[in-house]
Amino acid sequence: MTTEVSMMHSAESQNLKDGEVSTGTTIIAIPFQGGVVVGADSRTSTGSYVAVRTSDKIACLSDHIYACRSGSAADTQALTDYIRYYLQQLKIETGRPARVKSAAHLLQKLVYQNKDNLSAGMIVAGWDPVEGPAIYSIALGGTCLKVPFAFSGSGSLYITGLLDSEFRENMTKEEARTLVKKALAHAMARDGSSGGIIRTVAITAEGNDRDYTSQLPYGPVSY
Amino acid sequence: MASSGAGYDLSASTFSPDGRIFQVEYASKAVENAGTVIGIKASNGIVLGVSKPLLHKMVVPSTCSYKRIHSVDEHAGIASTGFLPDARQLVGRAIDEAANWEDQYGVKVPPDVLADRLGYFMHYYTLSGGLRPFGASCVIGAYDQDTKQYKLHMVEPNGSAASYYGVATGKGKQAAKTELEKLNLHKEPCTVDEAVQHIAKILTMLHQENKDNEGKPLEMELSWICEASKYKHVGVPKARIAEVKAWVQEQLEEEDDDEEEAMEE
Repeated sequence: MTTEVSMMHSAESQNLKDGEVSTGTTIIAIPFQGGVVVGADSRTSTGSYVAVRTSDKIACLSDHIYACRSGSAADTQALTDYIRYYLQQLKIETGRPARVKSAAHLLQKLVYQNKDNLSAGMIVAGWDPVEGPAIYSIALGGTCLKVPFAFSGSGSLYITGLLDSEFRENMTKEEARTLVKKALAHAMARDGSSGGIIRTVAITAEGNDRDYTSQLPYGPVSY
Repeated sequence: MASSGAGYDLSASTFSPDGRIFQVEYASKAVENAGTVIGIKASNGIVLGVSKPLLHKMVVPSTCSYKRIHSVDEHAGIASTGFLPDARQLVGRAIDEAANWEDQYGVKVPPDVLADRLGYFMHYYTLSGGLRPFGASCVIGAYDQDTKQYKLHMVEPNGSAASYYGVATGKGKQAAKTELEKLNLHKEPCTVDEAVQHIAKILTMLHQENKDNEGKPLEMELSWICEASKYKHVGVPKARIAEVKAWVQEQLEEEDDDEEEAMEE
């Protein structure tokens, strides 16, 4: 590694090429009755330079399935583009909405088979008519785990205790959204690679509700 | 019934002037001359049945010998008739399609997708100059894990696939279809236990009506997918088959008696 690269501190940066942009990040998914709230910060960094301060790390894969991206921005964008395409084809062939499980499985295959060349940690979350709300976490090497709630990215380390103590089953949509914003705000306060605004999407059978806020519930500035 | 191809029947890539592809029709003839297959979609399961009259006494009489019903995946099975080696190739392809689907998407292949895929495959062999169509039809019974429904499909040598309440193909298909229609499956589905009885009875009747089969025992292969089989495609348990065979014997004897009485009057 050159001296410039060694200035980067986040865990994902080990695999990034010189000058490559990273979504050193905090991403999170929390279920509620009838759906899932996914959330992310909006900082895209190249080393200590914030390349984009309002980026959208929440990618739509299909009508009711979203993916949160962390790691290399290029890698995760390419991956989500592929999965979006596969899910479109799947819907045409089967005539039914894709299962969250299938989206996660497809992503896992791609990540695992290309693990030497990718740096991507993602959360696939959504709703399908078979299983209802579902959340899958796909780690760097291609491990795919179905989880009750998920958090990932460089900032996620700082909020493990918070989430473990505050997470409850069967929350309402607003409770889940509030928890997502709180957790992200805490992570953004401590992780240099996470910051900007908080983006959230609430995914339900009826439709999706996208929102963002620059008013962080916790941080150096009190509102 | 036999129509002369008159030179338009030499290749699968030639249409006749009246818009037919004779080679594909001849492939269906191969199916019509082979053993009967019946499938029934019940309210709580699927049953597939095949008539396997014993070829000659030196063939080992068991369901392991020249199997006619195969499992394609845990949740799906195919009963085939026609050229048995052709059918075996089709089953192999269906197995690959199902395995590939699960590998890609992490879920079991939906029944209608499996039927369509097999249809595409069979159809391809009706389009290429050097290849011949498959001389076999496949009846696919499968359980859709997502919608929790049972589905019955049949794919024919021309590649067309459709979903059925009840289906019959092979030598006895006309007679079997008449019997199936009497059951009114499209209005009122029967239960899976009744379906086993219906299929066994129809196959036995067809076997006995054919004078050539005098003295030759009928071997039946029956398989099902239902709650009792844990939603997997398995052979109907031997004990159940024995029960059903006995029931069929009773039924047919009663009907013979009824007929005789009617004639006496």
